[in-house]
Amino acid sequence: MSATSSPPGRLLNPLRQLGRAGLFLLTAFSRMRLTRFQAAETLRQIYFSGVRSLVIIVTGGFFVGLVLTLQTYDTLSRFGAAEAVSTVLALSLFRELGPVLTTLLFAGRAGTSITAEIGLMRATEQLDALDLMAIDPMERIVQPRLLAGIVAVPALVLIFNVCAILGGVVFAVFMMGSDPITFWSNMQATVELWRDFGHGMLKAVAFGFLASWLAVYFGWTARPTSEGVALATTQTVIATAISVLILDFVLSAFML
Amino acid sequence: MKSSHQIELTAGIFLLLAIGALIFLAVQATDRGVVAGGGYQVTAYFSNIGGLKPKARVSMGGVSIGMVESISLDPDTLEARVVMRISDQYDDLPEDSSASIFTAGILGDQFIGLEPGGSPEPLRDGDRILLTNSALQLEQLITRYMFDSEGDD
Amino acid sequence: MSEILASSPSITLKNVSISLGGRMVLDDFSLEIPAGQVTAVLGPSGAGKTTVMRLITGQLKPDSGEVWIDSERVDQMSARQLNRLRRNLGVLLQNGALFTDLTCFDNVALPIREHTALPEPLIRRLVLLKLQTVGLRGAADLYPRELSGGMNRRIAMARAMALDPAIMFYDEPFAGLDPISLGVARRLIRDINQALRTTSVVITHDVGEVAHFADYCCIISDGRAVAEGTPDSLSDSSNELVRQFVNGLPDGPVAFHYPARELADELLEQDLSR
Ligand SMILES: Nc1ncnc2c1ncn2[C@@H]1O[C@H](COP(=O)(O)OP(=O)(O)OP(=O)(O)O)[C@@H](O)[C@H]1O
Ligand SMILES: [Mg+2]
Repeated sequence: MSATSSPPGRLLNPLRQLGRAGLFLLTAFSRMRLTRFQAAETLRQIYFSGVRSLVIIVTGGFFVGLVLTLQTYDTLSRFGAAEAVSTVLALSLFRELGPVLTTLLFAGRAGTSITAEIGLMRATEQLDALDLMAIDPMERIVQPRLLAGIVAVPALVLIFNVCAILGGVVFAVFMMGSDPITFWSNMQATVELWRDFGHGMLKAVAFGFLASWLAVYFGWTARPTSEGVALATTQTVIATAISVLILDFVLSAFML
Repeated sequence: MKSSHQIELTAGIFLLLAIGALIFLAVQATDRGVVAGGGYQVTAYFSNIGGLKPKARVSMGGVSIGMVESISLDPDTLEARVVMRISDQYDDLPEDSSASIFTAGILGDQFIGLEPGGSPEPLRDGDRILLTNSALQLEQLITRYMFDSEGDD
Repeated sequence: MSEILASSPSITLKNVSISLGGRMVLDDFSLEIPAGQVTAVLGPSGAGKTTVMRLITGQLKPDSGEVWIDSERVDQMSARQLNRLRRNLGVLLQNGALFTDLTCFDNVALPIREHTALPEPLIRRLVLLKLQTVGLRGAADLYPRELSGGMNRRIAMARAMALDPAIMFYDEPFAGLDPISLGVARRLIRDINQALRTTSVVITHDVGEVAHFADYCCIISDGRAVAEGTPDSLSDSSNELVRQFVNGLPDGPVAFHYPARELADELLEQDLSR
């Protein structure tokens, strides 16, 4: 108690949290057993976190693509380079906006419900009940959600990118009357499969891992009360947002 | 609440959708072919390449036909050695084509433009382009112009 | 007696102390739970009854003292040993703790599916039988939220006994049950005990009930076992504390209030500071 309220304790607190989250992850993975049940449950969780995020990802992606193209088109036309709009769109989507925005939306849509679900399971002693039935809650509850996040986020990023590019097509081709062939060929000429697209997808996997890890961790450690669960949900969103942006910078710096 | 069969089915469709998106993006939005290791290599030596960088475009008549693979300094001649990779579909370029370094617009990136020659023999993998024009350097032009005009005064 | 001991385990807590959240909950607590019998653990709210159960199941480790089930020392078990131990425990938690995303059927089937390799038709039959004994076979396909609190508790009871464990814990099994279900639950606890010689521990504060089903009683108060014996011996007890508890008097050795300062002092202080 006193260690957390004294000034040095408060400074060390985030560090301790990080250590605890790391240990939690280690335990979760050290007890990994790949069974048929595990696979089926992971698929179920992909449904809950992936499929149920589709609406927000599709609409979000489409409008991000629309507005991004609108703004870029306007800026580029001032330099007489409006035909580069598809390149700018694809590059910024693949490398940054796709993975980052998708993860933020995922944290808000799926991360929070994972945290709340596990927090409530803790509060209503469902996790204790599993333990008492000699069923490892790490294996049954935590691992499928972790694995599902690692799969679902990249999948959502892909869908987000497609929708955003369609948004770009709608604006540039249908509204501004750009030539569709130039639109696509300019994009193809500059965007590189591995260096732009592949690296972006690597980021997506890393972000998916981070987002589901934080969601599961905050749920697992939530105080077993209504406020505890509410607080944990908020923490999930904030921690995911901040750490994704930091990790994004680190990864970008390494990949370039 | 959906039955577990429906849930698994929907999740499966979702993953298929994502794979579809992956293929669409990889095929429709990115530069494959040339990068993917296909194509053939040709080399050219320039006395000055200006700001040319690896991955820069190689074009003929304005059409992209390949990209710059590597740039190094030849230790003997002290010239810049540029290796290009040309896409396989352009395998009938004349052997005596010439290479020049251009700038796309005033501020744009530099790229290599190939000018077709008249030889019936085609360029082959590993060939060297003999005729080259180095980069036109904006800074040099400006300096020369300024010093010249100073001298006039 | 020896025959009973051999087929069902006894439980022993020796000089156990534990503090939770900075408060001493059990202080030098000792308890013997005889094998193969129904033991009632009684005590006022907050006395530490649930804590005793959590010590025996290994969910809590004592600060000092020993917890034994037969000749196995629970408080020093590794996670794997605990896991093995718990396959032989059935626990009805105080609030039921059913899995809200599973139907009642799947809730009861869960431990069977997890720990046996029985074919699905056999599991189905087993689960329906368990549900039948708690009178809720008709609710097999409903979700826990579609049932009342008392029904939830009965489903939880069916789940706890799904694997016919060697030890059954019931934490407040009668809370929220109507008189009919209460009678059924009481009989059920006895039947399970009779049929398999299951060592049964029933945590309750319902003194009136105890005589109906318990072979042995233990009253906990203030972190100590204050009285042990058969239900009859307790109701005849001259111990002041036991009498207070049995007769439900607010004043006596058992403090009805959570430890606090004098009410007058606290109120006075508030007035002064205002
Ligand atoms: N995790 C905890 N942190 C702090 N204090 C706790 C914790 N768990 C229990 N306690 C305290 O320990 C005491 C005993 O709790 P316990 O749950 O064992 O009581 P109980 O006898 O089961 O009561 P009830 O009949 O109301 O269920 C209570 O005073 C409670 O305040
Ligand atoms: Mg209790």
